[in-house]
Amino acid sequence: MSIADKVVVRLRVNGEDTAIMVPPYKTLLEVLREDLGLTGTKHGCELGECSTCGVLVDGKPFLSCLAMPLDLEGREVTTIEGMARGREPHPLQVAFAELGAAQCGYCTPAMLLTAKALLAREPRPSREMIKEALSGVLCRCTGYLKIFEAVELAASRGGDG
Amino acid sequence: MAEAFSVVGKSLTKPDAYAKVSGQTKFADDLSLPRMLYGRILRSPYPHARVLHVDTSAARELSGVLAVLTGDDLPVKFGILPVSQDEEALAREKVRYVGDPIAAVAATDEWIADEALDLIDVQFKELPHAMSIQEALAAQGEPIHGSSNVHKAVALEFGDTDAAMRVAEHVREDTVFFEGNTHLPMEQHAAVAQYAVDGKLTLWTSSQTPHYVHRALGKVLDMPMSRIRVIATPNGGGFGGKSDIFSHELVAAKLAIVTGRPVKITLTREEVFYAHRGRHPVLMKVRTGFTRDGRITAMQFQSFLDGGGYGSYGVASTYYTGALQATTYAIPRYRFEGVRLFTNKPPCGPKRGHGTPQPRFALEIHFDKVAEELGLDPVELRRRNLPAPDSLTVNWLRITSCGLKDCIDKVVEGSRFLKRRTSMPRGRGLGFAVSSYLSGAGTAIYWNDMPHSEVQLKLDRNGGVLLLCGAIDIGQGSDHILAAIVAEVLGIGLDDIQLSTADTDLTPIDLGSYSSRVTFMAGNAAKAAAESVRDQLFRAVAGALQCDAADLTARDHRIYRGDRPTEGLTFAQAVQRAEAQGGVVTGNGSYTPPKLAGPYKGSGVGPSPAYSYSAAVVEVDCDLKTGEIKVPEVWIAHDIGRAINPMLVIGQVEGSVYMALGEALMEEQTFRLGLHKFPSLLEYKSPTALEAPVMHTYLVETIDREGPFGAKEAGQGPLLPVIPAVANAVYNALGVRIDEIPITPEKVLKALNDRDKRVGPKSVPAFSFPPLIKADVPEEWKGK
Repeated sequence: MSIADKVVVRLRVNGEDTAIMVPPYKTLLEVLREDLGLTGTKHGCELGECSTCGVLVDGKPFLSCLAMPLDLEGREVTTIEGMARGREPHPLQVAFAELGAAQCGYCTPAMLLTAKALLAREPRPSREMIKEALSGVLCRCTGYLKIFEAVELAASRGGDG
Repeated sequence: MAEAFSVVGKSLTKPDAYAKVSGQTKFADDLSLPRMLYGRILRSPYPHARVLHVDTSAARELSGVLAVLTGDDLPVKFGILPVSQDEEALAREKVRYVGDPIAAVAATDEWIADEALDLIDVQFKELPHAMSIQEALAAQGEPIHGSSNVHKAVALEFGDTDAAMRVAEHVREDTVFFEGNTHLPMEQHAAVAQYAVDGKLTLWTSSQTPHYVHRALGKVLDMPMSRIRVIATPNGGGFGGKSDIFSHELVAAKLAIVTGRPVKITLTREEVFYAHRGRHPVLMKVRTGFTRDGRITAMQFQSFLDGGGYGSYGVASTYYTGALQATTYAIPRYRFEGVRLFTNKPPCGPKRGHGTPQPRFALEIHFDKVAEELGLDPVELRRRNLPAPDSLTVNWLRITSCGLKDCIDKVVEGSRFLKRRTSMPRGRGLGFAVSSYLSGAGTAIYWNDMPHSEVQLKLDRNGGVLLLCGAIDIGQGSDHILAAIVAEVLGIGLDDIQLSTADTDLTPIDLGSYSSRVTFMAGNAAKAAAESVRDQLFRAVAGALQCDAADLTARDHRIYRGDRPTEGLTFAQAVQRAEAQGGVVTGNGSYTPPKLAGPYKGSGVGPSPAYSYSAAVVEVDCDLKTGEIKVPEVWIAHDIGRAINPMLVIGQVEGSVYMALGEALMEEQTFRLGLHKFPSLLEYKSPTALEAPVMHTYLVETIDREGPFGAKEAGQGPLLPVIPAVANAVYNALGVRIDEIPITPEKVLKALNDRDKRVGPKSVPAFSFPPLIKADVPEEWKGK
């Protein structure tokens, strides 16, 4: 890979503006993990089937494995690393920790960000709305129940704040 | 009065929770080292073929490629079981399934590595392939291994079952099939290897069994184990799927040695389906004799396992299909015949419940049918055949605590099973089933007399505790269990404990996070280590307080005389005093299970220091037009012994129910023309949040006398009753018997239109099992 094959990508991630040189075919998932060191974003298939790689773009759930960084200039990308306010965990993160909603923790970043997007538009969602919103993110550990309960607990504490 | 425990029994936040919710937990693929290369593996496109020639010259010349390996670079065979050393890191002479590894490359990036794979030219000679139990038995061509496709055949008998069958007042026989499925952890397997200039190899790997990987690396690479360090990274889901030795682990290590640079290999999702080691497809025949009032007189059980291309854990899996029948029911006479066949599919191995969900399915639908024939309700039939606590089964398995009766009562009452099952509209139904499972295998995978689990503690003078243990947290919460036990014994908090786990350079042995063994075995080792440290601290404090060490209590970060809580030392002061007197304060604890194997060949699989028990009621809602089955509600009770952390136990139970529902209704690993039908997350169906039922979980505490604080396992047992309970509920709802897993809409519609209202196998193939090993029965079963 010579330098001539790389392009400059400007991204705004977790409120920070960044410019990097990457091959144009690298996905957002790869750029986040490999070029920006944001390994909190995971992958389960890299084909858009499991949502493990989910991040937020302008506050909406987005599959980073299918997203090309060049398309995202001027958009706001949020990863799990941007969810806490400084050292203060997001209410969803606290609820997930307290209720055991993260077992292996691998789907957790995408689950949390997807739940954050839900609470931003629907501060007190019903169980059915939670199920619907999270249905694209696969979890093999929990059976989902503790995740639903954690989203409800966070919502009852003020949700997305 | 103060509560008995300050940490044990409480639903506290586990130590790794905040790392996980913040994305800071480092999984294997999150690791990156300077100058790291990327490895990729070329895999067989044929299910069964001779490898005639591998030409790697073009790949070697590609810019960015630093190494290419073929089978000759790693010629030593390996396997997880000493009796099944039949795998090669890269196949040398032949390939046995689509996905079998053949060659590997290391390159400066993954794209170059992939391009290099395309440049490797392999000449194959295709061989006829066998894709099922029936095809493996009927195959005429070259066997998959050796001289026959029979990998392992066993035949055991405990007492004269034929005689007992002849005097039985009611005999029933059923033939059922359980299709294979896979673990599907969300994290793909990954490993990073580094070879230092001083000749020391380090492998970070997403493994449930770093100790066994360590041993295999030593063997295959012909290196002393002291020059190899294996660090298991937190597993992004395991479920048994990361408890074998994998080609990519050995290949990454070899590539690092050859190139002198770190090498990472992360499997693609498709490759994870080929790595597999998941649920065996099993065809079973069960025949049971009963008295008129529903007491078992004898059982004869046959299983045929479709093993895939290699041995893996298959010998153990075979025995497991026959082992736990008699821990779940009191069976006076028992015969078990099992055979595992090689087929041209990814190797099967242990998945949650290892070898026991299939026979559990067979027995529980069989019992449902028997109950109906005898005019008993299905619960009553189970109640009349409960195993006794503190007893030996007819196949010599020692039962200590047994809470099955309480589990049954909880779910039957909670669901109002007996009343509601006869009053629901067509299409809705309730099903019931029970189960038992191991709290750790009583024998190690390789024969030795050493402990199965060891824990070391090192105290610092500020009152902190470093806990070292080989156990790896795979999401089940083992880190929490170890820390909670130590905190309880020492009277300190979880925050005072720093864990270092699963690092073969630093941590003492734990055999691995498999067979539901960590809470019981590593938990007992942790308790012993903490008690050793506590005794040292008590001696030091007794001197300071001029009292007897036996009168001391450790609680709330203090050590004090039980009758004078206000007098005493802080925990840190106690450590300082002990350190001043005797130097660094450390404690070791080990756990070796009691010798439990019975007096017969093949008795090594099945014994466990304690068995958990579960009972489930499942409600189904079936669509008569489409055959679709929904599960709105599940009641599940689990005899956990004691819940060290009830929240984590319930999490394991709920996860087990979820995984069981996936297996019962949709998950299957099936093949067409030698190819996996759906090696992707889109096509391999698994339940989403939308399918999650309402679950009512009941924990039954029997306080096992040998478990740490009385605890038993939680991770696997609760899966077992759910699958047959679904099948029984479908019968209750529709009057059709689906004697085959998964219960898909197609099968339901077919059964509704079937004359016998049944879908399932009609017979088992003709097979000559070896002569029965006739074992003596324990004294209490003689004359019964």
